[in-house]
Amino acid sequence: MKQTDILETAQKWSESGKGVALATVVETWGSAPRPVGSHLVIDETGNFVGSVSGGCVEGDVIAKALDVIGDGRSRTLEFGVADETAWRVGLSCGGRIKVYLEKIEP
Amino acid sequence: MRISLLQTLNAERAARRLTAVVTDITSGAQRLVGENAVADDELGGALAAQMRSGKSGTLTHNGRAFHVTVYSPPLRLVLVGAVHISQFLAPMAKLADFDVTIIDPRTAFASKARFPDVKLLALWPDEAPPIQNLDHYTGVALLTHDPKIDDPALIAALRADCFYIGALGSRKTHGARVERMTAAGFTPADMTRIHAPIGLDIGAVSPVEIATSVLAEIILSLRKKPLRTEVAA
Repeated sequence: MKQTDILETAQKWSESGKGVALATVVETWGSAPRPVGSHLVIDETGNFVGSVSGGCVEGDVIAKALDVIGDGRSRTLEFGVADETAWRVGLSCGGRIKVYLEKIEP
Repeated sequence: MRISLLQTLNAERAARRLTAVVTDITSGAQRLVGENAVADDELGGALAAQMRSGKSGTLTHNGRAFHVTVYSPPLRLVLVGAVHISQFLAPMAKLADFDVTIIDPRTAFASKARFPDVKLLALWPDEAPPIQNLDHYTGVALLTHDPKIDDPALIAALRADCFYIGALGSRKTHGARVERMTAAGFTPADMTRIHAPIGLDIGAVSPVEIATSVLAEIILSLRKKPLRTEVAA
Protein backbone atom coordinates (compact mmCIF):
# COMPACT_ATOMS: atom_id res chain seq x y z
CA MET A 1 0.00 0.00 0.00
CA LYS A 2 1.26 3.46 -0.85
CA GLN A 3 2.21 5.99 1.81
CA THR A 4 -0.57 8.31 0.56
CA ASP A 5 -3.21 5.71 1.21
CA ILE A 6 -1.86 5.14 4.73
CA LEU A 7 -2.10 8.82 5.67
CA GLU A 8 -5.48 9.17 3.98
CA THR A 9 -6.69 6.19 5.97
CA ALA A 10 -5.43 7.86 9.17
CA GLN A 11 -7.40 11.00 8.29
CA LYS A 12 -10.53 9.05 7.38
CA TRP A 13 -10.48 6.97 10.56
CA SER A 14 -9.92 10.05 12.72
CA GLU A 15 -12.66 12.04 10.97
CA SER A 16 -15.08 9.18 11.51
CA GLY A 17 -14.56 9.55 15.27
CA LYS A 18 -12.13 6.69 15.91
CA GLY A 19 -9.09 6.99 18.14
CA VAL A 20 -6.05 6.77 15.85
CA ALA A 21 -2.28 6.50 16.37
CA LEU A 22 0.44 7.16 13.80
CA ALA A 23 3.75 5.27 13.98
CA THR A 24 6.72 6.61 12.00
CA VAL A 25 10.16 5.07 11.55
CA VAL A 26 12.46 7.90 12.68
CA GLU A 27 15.88 6.21 12.78
CA THR A 28 17.40 3.01 11.43
CA TRP A 29 20.78 1.34 11.89
CA GLY A 30 22.13 -1.55 9.87
CA SER A 31 19.85 -3.49 7.58
CA ALA A 32 16.43 -2.25 8.64
CA PRO A 33 13.60 -3.50 6.44
CA ARG A 34 11.68 -0.21 6.08
CA PRO A 35 13.26 3.23 5.55
CA VAL A 36 12.98 6.28 7.81
CA GLY A 37 9.63 7.96 7.18
CA SER A 38 7.64 4.71 6.79
CA HIS A 39 4.25 4.77 8.51
CA LEU A 40 1.93 2.38 10.31
CA VAL A 41 -1.53 3.63 11.27
CA ILE A 42 -3.52 1.95 14.04
CA ASP A 43 -7.09 2.53 15.22
CA GLU A 44 -8.54 2.01 18.69
CA THR A 45 -9.73 -1.51 17.87
CA GLY A 46 -6.37 -2.65 16.53
CA ASN A 47 -7.05 -2.29 12.79
CA PHE A 48 -3.87 -1.21 11.03
CA VAL A 49 -2.43 -0.31 7.60
CA GLY A 50 1.16 0.22 6.50
CA SER A 51 4.34 -1.13 8.09
CA VAL A 52 7.39 -0.05 10.06
CA SER A 53 9.32 -3.31 9.59
CA GLY A 54 9.03 -6.50 7.63
CA GLY A 55 6.32 -7.57 10.07
CA CYS A 56 8.69 -8.41 12.95
CA VAL A 57 7.71 -5.65 15.41
CA GLU A 58 4.27 -4.55 14.21
CA GLY A 59 2.50 -6.54 16.94
CA ASP A 60 4.37 -4.68 19.68
CA VAL A 61 3.87 -1.28 17.99
CA ILE A 62 0.13 -1.94 17.73
CA ALA A 63 -0.09 -2.88 21.43
CA LYS A 64 1.74 0.33 22.42
CA ALA A 65 -0.43 2.34 20.01
CA LEU A 66 -3.50 1.45 22.05
CA ASP A 67 -1.78 3.01 25.10
CA VAL A 68 -1.01 6.14 23.07
CA ILE A 69 -4.62 6.40 21.90
CA GLY A 70 -5.67 5.99 25.55
CA ASP A 71 -3.45 8.61 27.21
CA GLY A 72 -2.53 10.85 24.24
CA ARG A 73 1.19 10.86 25.09
CA SER A 74 3.72 10.40 22.25
CA ARG A 75 6.38 7.73 22.73
CA THR A 76 9.56 6.61 21.03
CA LEU A 77 10.05 2.84 20.75
CA GLU A 78 13.30 1.12 19.88
CA PHE A 79 13.71 -2.37 18.46
CA GLY A 80 16.80 -4.32 17.56
CA VAL A 81 19.23 -7.07 18.43
CA ALA A 82 20.78 -4.92 21.18
CA ASP A 83 17.40 -4.67 22.87
CA GLU A 84 16.63 -7.15 25.66
CA THR A 85 13.36 -7.91 23.87
CA ALA A 86 15.37 -8.99 20.82
CA TRP A 87 14.36 -12.60 21.14
CA ARG A 88 10.76 -11.64 21.65
CA VAL A 89 10.10 -8.87 19.11
CA GLY A 90 13.53 -8.08 17.65
CA LEU A 91 14.44 -7.66 14.02
CA SER A 92 15.59 -10.95 12.58
CA CYS A 93 17.64 -9.07 9.95
CA GLY A 94 20.01 -7.74 12.65
CA GLY A 95 19.10 -4.10 12.14
CA ARG A 96 17.72 -1.63 14.68
CA ILE A 97 14.87 0.81 14.30
CA LYS A 98 13.40 3.66 16.31
CA VAL A 99 9.67 4.29 15.94
CA TYR A 100 7.87 7.49 16.98
CA LEU A 101 4.31 6.81 18.05
CA GLU A 102 1.80 9.67 18.36
CA LYS A 103 -1.94 10.13 18.65
CA ILE A 104 -3.91 11.88 15.92
CA GLU A 105 -5.55 14.66 17.94
CA PRO A 106 -9.08 15.28 16.65
CA MET B 1 -0.30 15.08 15.32
CA ARG B 2 -3.30 17.38 15.11
CA ILE B 3 -5.94 16.24 12.60
CA SER B 4 -5.76 19.71 10.96
CA LEU B 5 -2.05 19.17 10.24
CA LEU B 6 -2.76 15.72 8.81
CA GLN B 7 -5.54 17.15 6.61
CA THR B 8 -3.21 19.86 5.28
CA LEU B 9 -0.46 17.28 4.71
CA ASN B 10 -2.79 15.06 2.69
CA ALA B 11 -3.99 18.06 0.65
CA GLU B 12 -0.39 19.12 -0.10
CA ARG B 13 0.47 15.57 -1.16
CA ALA B 14 -2.61 15.38 -3.38
CA ALA B 15 -1.47 18.65 -5.00
CA ARG B 16 1.97 17.06 -5.62
CA ARG B 17 3.89 19.59 -3.50
CA LEU B 18 7.09 18.59 -1.68
CA THR B 19 6.29 18.79 2.05
CA ALA B 20 7.94 17.91 5.38
CA VAL B 21 6.60 17.35 8.88
CA VAL B 22 9.08 18.61 11.50
CA THR B 23 8.71 17.28 15.06
CA ASP B 24 10.65 18.70 18.04
CA ILE B 25 11.68 15.46 19.76
CA THR B 26 11.71 16.97 23.27
CA SER B 27 8.52 19.04 23.24
CA GLY B 28 6.58 17.09 20.62
CA ALA B 29 5.75 20.40 18.88
CA GLN B 30 5.05 19.82 15.20
CA ARG B 31 4.88 21.89 12.06
CA LEU B 32 4.32 21.39 8.35
CA VAL B 33 6.88 22.98 6.02
CA GLY B 34 6.26 23.35 2.30
CA GLU B 35 8.93 23.79 -0.34
CA ASN B 36 8.13 27.48 -0.71
CA ALA B 37 8.27 28.22 3.03
CA VAL B 38 11.45 26.28 3.83
CA ALA B 39 13.68 29.39 3.55
CA ASP B 40 11.78 31.01 6.44
CA ASP B 41 12.01 27.95 8.73
CA GLU B 42 14.44 28.00 11.66
CA LEU B 43 16.11 24.85 10.29
CA GLY B 44 16.69 26.71 6.99
CA GLY B 45 19.24 25.28 4.57
CA ALA B 46 19.64 21.94 6.35
CA LEU B 47 15.90 21.32 6.09
CA ALA B 48 15.86 22.43 2.45
CA ALA B 49 18.66 19.97 1.64
CA GLN B 50 16.87 17.18 3.53
CA MET B 51 13.66 17.85 1.59
CA ARG B 52 15.43 17.95 -1.76
CA SER B 53 17.11 14.61 -1.01
CA GLY B 54 13.63 13.10 -0.56
CA LYS B 55 14.88 11.25 2.54
CA SER B 56 13.48 11.52 6.06
CA GLY B 57 15.86 11.83 9.02
CA THR B 58 16.84 13.68 12.19
CA LEU B 59 18.25 17.23 12.24
CA THR B 60 19.88 19.02 15.18
CA HIS B 61 19.68 22.79 15.62
CA ASN B 62 20.87 24.84 18.64
CA GLY B 63 21.08 21.68 20.73
CA ARG B 64 17.55 20.55 19.88
CA ALA B 65 16.77 17.48 17.79
CA PHE B 66 13.97 17.30 15.23
CA HIS B 67 12.47 14.38 13.32
CA VAL B 68 11.99 15.40 9.71
CA THR B 69 9.62 13.26 7.66
CA VAL B 70 9.80 14.19 3.99
CA TYR B 71 6.84 13.59 1.68
CA SER B 72 7.82 13.64 -1.97
CA PRO B 73 4.98 13.61 -4.49
CA PRO B 74 3.97 10.09 -5.60
CA LEU B 75 5.85 8.97 -8.70
CA ARG B 76 4.19 8.99 -12.07
CA LEU B 77 5.13 7.33 -15.31
CA VAL B 78 3.74 8.44 -18.68
CA LEU B 79 4.13 6.02 -21.58
CA VAL B 80 3.70 7.64 -24.96
CA GLY B 81 2.63 4.82 -27.26
CA ALA B 82 0.07 2.08 -26.62
CA VAL B 83 2.50 -0.41 -28.16
CA HIS B 84 3.47 -4.00 -27.46
CA ILE B 85 6.26 -2.97 -25.02
CA SER B 86 3.72 -0.87 -23.06
CA GLN B 87 1.52 -3.93 -22.58
CA PHE B 88 4.31 -5.31 -20.37
CA LEU B 89 5.86 -2.10 -19.06
CA ALA B 90 2.57 -0.65 -17.74
CA PRO B 91 1.65 -3.55 -15.40
CA MET B 92 5.29 -3.96 -14.31
CA ALA B 93 5.60 -0.25 -13.46
CA LYS B 94 2.31 -0.40 -11.55
CA LEU B 95 3.74 -3.21 -9.41
CA ALA B 96 6.73 -0.96 -8.71
CA ASP B 97 4.26 1.65 -7.34
CA PHE B 98 4.26 4.07 -10.27
CA ASP B 99 1.04 5.83 -11.20
CA VAL B 100 1.01 4.83 -14.90
CA THR B 101 -0.78 6.51 -17.81
CA ILE B 102 -0.53 5.55 -21.48
CA ILE B 103 -1.10 8.17 -24.17
CA ASP B 104 -1.59 7.39 -27.84
CA PRO B 105 -3.84 9.25 -30.30
CA ARG B 106 -4.13 6.14 -32.48
CA THR B 107 -7.35 4.56 -31.26
CA ALA B 108 -6.49 1.20 -32.84
CA PHE B 109 -3.54 1.04 -30.45
CA ALA B 110 -5.11 2.79 -27.44
CA SER B 111 -7.91 0.30 -26.93
CA LYS B 112 -9.31 -0.95 -23.65
CA ALA B 113 -9.09 -4.50 -24.99
CA ARG B 114 -5.31 -4.19 -25.32
CA PHE B 115 -4.90 -2.38 -21.98
CA PRO B 116 -7.66 -3.54 -19.63
CA ASP B 117 -6.18 -2.32 -16.33
CA VAL B 118 -4.25 0.83 -17.20
CA LYS B 119 -5.20 4.51 -17.44
CA LEU B 120 -5.38 5.08 -21.17
CA LEU B 121 -5.84 8.36 -23.06
CA ALA B 122 -6.50 8.28 -26.81
CA LEU B 123 -5.22 11.85 -27.22
CA TRP B 124 -2.32 13.69 -28.83
CA PRO B 125 0.32 14.44 -26.18
CA ASP B 126 -0.33 18.19 -26.42
CA GLU B 127 -3.99 17.61 -25.51
CA ALA B 128 -3.32 15.12 -22.69
CA PRO B 129 -3.46 16.48 -19.12
CA PRO B 130 -0.59 14.24 -17.88
CA ILE B 131 1.72 15.80 -20.49
CA GLN B 132 0.44 19.30 -19.71
CA ASN B 133 1.16 18.72 -16.01
CA LEU B 134 4.56 17.02 -16.07
CA ASP B 135 6.85 17.62 -13.09
CA HIS B 136 10.11 16.45 -11.58
CA TYR B 137 8.43 13.41 -10.02
CA THR B 138 7.24 12.09 -13.39
CA GLY B 139 9.11 9.84 -15.81
CA VAL B 140 8.30 9.78 -19.53
CA ALA B 141 9.00 6.95 -21.96
CA LEU B 142 8.55 7.67 -25.67
CA LEU B 143 7.67 4.44 -27.42
CA THR B 144 5.83 5.21 -30.67
CA HIS B 145 8.78 5.62 -33.09
CA ASP B 146 6.69 8.42 -34.64
CA PRO B 147 8.10 11.97 -34.25
CA LYS B 148 4.61 13.44 -34.72
CA ILE B 149 3.56 11.76 -31.47
CA ASP B 150 6.86 11.46 -29.56
CA ASP B 151 8.33 14.93 -30.15
CA PRO B 152 5.65 17.10 -28.49
CA ALA B 153 5.84 14.85 -25.41
CA LEU B 154 9.65 15.01 -25.45
CA ILE B 155 9.61 18.82 -25.60
CA ALA B 156 7.19 18.95 -22.66
CA ALA B 157 9.33 16.47 -20.68
CA LEU B 158 12.54 18.45 -21.28
CA ARG B 159 10.87 21.68 -20.17
CA ALA B 160 9.35 20.05 -17.07
CA ASP B 161 12.58 18.65 -15.54
CA CYS B 162 11.20 15.07 -15.51
CA PHE B 163 13.41 12.69 -13.50
CA TYR B 164 13.51 10.24 -16.39
CA ILE B 165 13.15 10.65 -20.15
CA GLY B 166 13.64 7.62 -22.37
CA ALA B 167 13.13 7.35 -26.12
CA LEU B 168 12.81 4.19 -28.18
CA GLY B 169 14.73 4.02 -31.44
CA SER B 170 18.15 3.24 -32.87
CA ARG B 171 21.18 5.50 -32.55
CA LYS B 172 20.43 6.78 -36.05
CA THR B 173 16.81 7.54 -35.11
CA HIS B 174 18.06 9.31 -31.99
CA GLY B 175 20.57 11.33 -34.05
CA ALA B 176 17.70 12.68 -36.13
CA ARG B 177 15.75 13.36 -32.92
CA VAL B 178 18.66 15.35 -31.46
CA GLU B 179 18.82 17.41 -34.68
CA ARG B 180 15.10 18.24 -34.42
CA MET B 181 15.38 19.15 -30.72
CA THR B 182 18.48 21.28 -31.36
CA ALA B 183 16.61 23.10 -34.12
CA ALA B 184 13.80 23.66 -31.60
CA GLY B 185 16.29 25.45 -29.32
CA PHE B 186 17.40 22.75 -26.87
CA THR B 187 21.04 22.53 -25.77
CA PRO B 188 23.52 19.60 -25.80
CA ALA B 189 23.08 19.43 -21.99
CA ASP B 190 19.33 18.95 -22.51
CA MET B 191 20.09 16.13 -24.95
CA THR B 192 22.17 14.24 -22.33
CA ARG B 193 18.99 13.91 -20.25
CA ILE B 194 17.40 11.67 -22.89
CA HIS B 195 18.04 7.95 -22.43
CA ALA B 196 18.35 6.68 -25.99
CA PRO B 197 18.41 4.02 -27.20
CA ILE B 198 15.99 3.35 -24.34
CA GLY B 199 16.66 0.82 -21.56
CA LEU B 200 19.67 -0.70 -19.82
CA ASP B 201 21.81 -2.82 -22.10
CA ILE B 202 20.81 -6.31 -20.95
CA GLY B 203 20.60 -7.67 -24.48
CA ALA B 204 16.80 -7.40 -24.44
CA VAL B 205 15.07 -8.78 -27.54
CA SER B 206 11.38 -9.48 -26.87
CA PRO B 207 8.88 -6.78 -25.77
CA VAL B 208 8.81 -8.09 -22.18
CA GLU B 209 12.61 -8.04 -22.04
CA ILE B 210 12.72 -4.48 -23.38
CA ALA B 211 10.08 -3.47 -20.82
CA THR B 212 12.31 -4.97 -18.10
CA SER B 213 15.34 -3.02 -19.32
CA VAL B 214 13.31 0.23 -19.42
CA LEU B 215 11.88 -0.24 -15.91
CA ALA B 216 15.38 -1.02 -14.60
CA GLU B 217 16.66 2.20 -16.20
CA ILE B 218 13.81 4.21 -14.65
CA ILE B 219 14.62 2.79 -11.20
CA LEU B 220 18.30 3.54 -11.76
CA SER B 221 17.48 7.18 -12.59
CA LEU B 222 15.36 7.38 -9.47
CA ARG B 223 17.60 5.71 -6.90
CA LYS B 224 21.20 6.06 -8.02
CA LYS B 225 21.31 9.81 -7.30
CA PRO B 226 19.18 12.22 -5.27
CA LEU B 227 15.90 12.99 -7.01
CA ARG B 228 16.61 16.67 -6.93
CA THR B 229 20.32 17.22 -7.44
CA GLU B 230 21.92 20.13 -5.63
CA VAL B 231 22.25 23.12 -7.92
CA ALA B 232 25.48 25.06 -7.47
CA ALA B 233 24.74 28.61 -6.31
